[in-house]
Amino acid sequence: METGWLLPDLSDPTASEFWLGCARGELLVQACGSCGTRRMPPRPMCPRCRSTDVRWEPTSGRGRIWSFIVAHPPLLPAFSAVAPYNAIVVELDEAPTIRFVGNLVTGADGEINEIDPATITIGEPVRVVFHRIDDVTLPRWARS
Amino acid sequence: MARQPSSGLIKNKTAVAGIGQTAFGKGLADTELSLACQAISSALADAGIHPSEVDGVASYTMEPNREVDVARNVGLGEITWFSQVGFGGGAGCGVVGQAAMAVATGQCSVAIAWRARKRADPTSRPWAQAQARLADSSQWTRPFGVIRPVDEIALLTRRYMHEYGGTRDHLANIALAFRKHASRNPASTMGHKPMTRDDYMNARWISEPLCLFDNCLETDGALAVVVVSAERARDLKQPPAYIHAFAQGLPPQHQTMTNYFNEDPLRGPAWTAARRMWEMADVTPADVKVAQLYDAFSPLIILSLEGYGFCARGDGGPFTDDGNIEWPNGRLPVNTSGGGMSEAYVHGFNLVLEGARQIRGTSTAQVEGADVSLVTSGEGVPTSAILFTKDA
Repeated sequence: METGWLLPDLSDPTASEFWLGCARGELLVQACGSCGTRRMPPRPMCPRCRSTDVRWEPTSGRGRIWSFIVAHPPLLPAFSAVAPYNAIVVELDEAPTIRFVGNLVTGADGEINEIDPATITIGEPVRVVFHRIDDVTLPRWARS
Repeated sequence: MARQPSSGLIKNKTAVAGIGQTAFGKGLADTELSLACQAISSALADAGIHPSEVDGVASYTMEPNREVDVARNVGLGEITWFSQVGFGGGAGCGVVGQAAMAVATGQCSVAIAWRARKRADPTSRPWAQAQARLADSSQWTRPFGVIRPVDEIALLTRRYMHEYGGTRDHLANIALAFRKHASRNPASTMGHKPMTRDDYMNARWISEPLCLFDNCLETDGALAVVVVSAERARDLKQPPAYIHAFAQGLPPQHQTMTNYFNEDPLRGPAWTAARRMWEMADVTPADVKVAQLYDAFSPLIILSLEGYGFCARGDGGPFTDDGNIEWPNGRLPVNTSGGGMSEAYVHGFNLVLEGARQIRGTSTAQVEGADVSLVTSGEGVPTSAILFTKDA
């Protein structure tokens, strides 16, 4: 079912810590090693203080749905096979401008097309779950 | 740090003096290079300028045809200025405006800008060519099935509807207005197919809340313009469309297409380009008689109406009610050739030509007394905009 899925290149030095965190079951965010400002997606320089020092911080893994779509074909074959499916944007409870694109699922190994899209609402609380495809662990979201 | 608004050095210094285009269609026989050269040659003939006089060339970074190849085919002269603008559909007014800057500053005297594309073949769509392993910003979206531009914009659209109460009826107003305009334009690819509100509401979903008719077309074709000094333009064959004001826009912490990661994702590049453009201009949004707004997706019209100052934030949806964006009686007729959704989608360059035609008085949906004509490029990506005027 997930053959041909689009996946991150785990050797990308800017992002690899994030994906390693997911593999350990941790949702991490990048923070400036100098001034502490959090930023996602990760990047090499802090836009606030220009430091290139970086650290990765744990999060609550809890947030709210900021937006969502339901994707229908035409799509790439791996995604057409499960369409229509949802995709969501989640804002973190503790830092609402830190957002993640993901999918709403029933649990770690739920399909991205299992939840009735008509029941999805902006603002509903979710918690992170982790789903493995090949050598990658993707953060997905379940209702909390 | 206070900055003083500047009226700029290029205001009214240049004009679009020639426009040219090929047929639009699906599966055109000619190559992209041939289409580009035909459009450029046609624009130069329209201006009454010999190709050997061209010494400036501006193109999109996504343009497949290189300056060297275009120059060798069209028989251009000694090129002393060439440049490209990035970010896909955000580049349309950018290439024309940068050509204007080059002419105004003397780096060249006759500049061309164009876009040529064969997009009708489904395998030519950039999203369909995604690599299996992602190391760029797409790694934060594509593994979750946010793959196509329509998915990326649909996420912003749903949020917009939630924050401001926008509806599918507003989006339908846009699709229907553009189809109606296209019906008057023999060059359009969809003008022969009328669309009703029921057609819109019953269309298949592509990425909810966006349906088929919220998407632009996929088109083969090419268009080109010629930019010269205002003085030169006055002596040429066509009425000049003066480039009164021009700006590009890339706001702080913007991420192209997937702008979900800052404090105010719905305040896009349009606001940045608009601020600079209006600073430069002698006119205000109330003076604009007709607008060509970039329409890869219908919700971009709503964001652009707000960003360029035609209404307050959140009022872009209701602005489309009551035929307000329709020719001939609307308060602001928008995309009078049919735009990317009903004329042709050539990365927004057809909007530039229609903006100039409105100043010339030769649109198939000509707005009476169109002396100020706005053209904008992609919203949701680093963008650009031009105000054409009839008088300099």
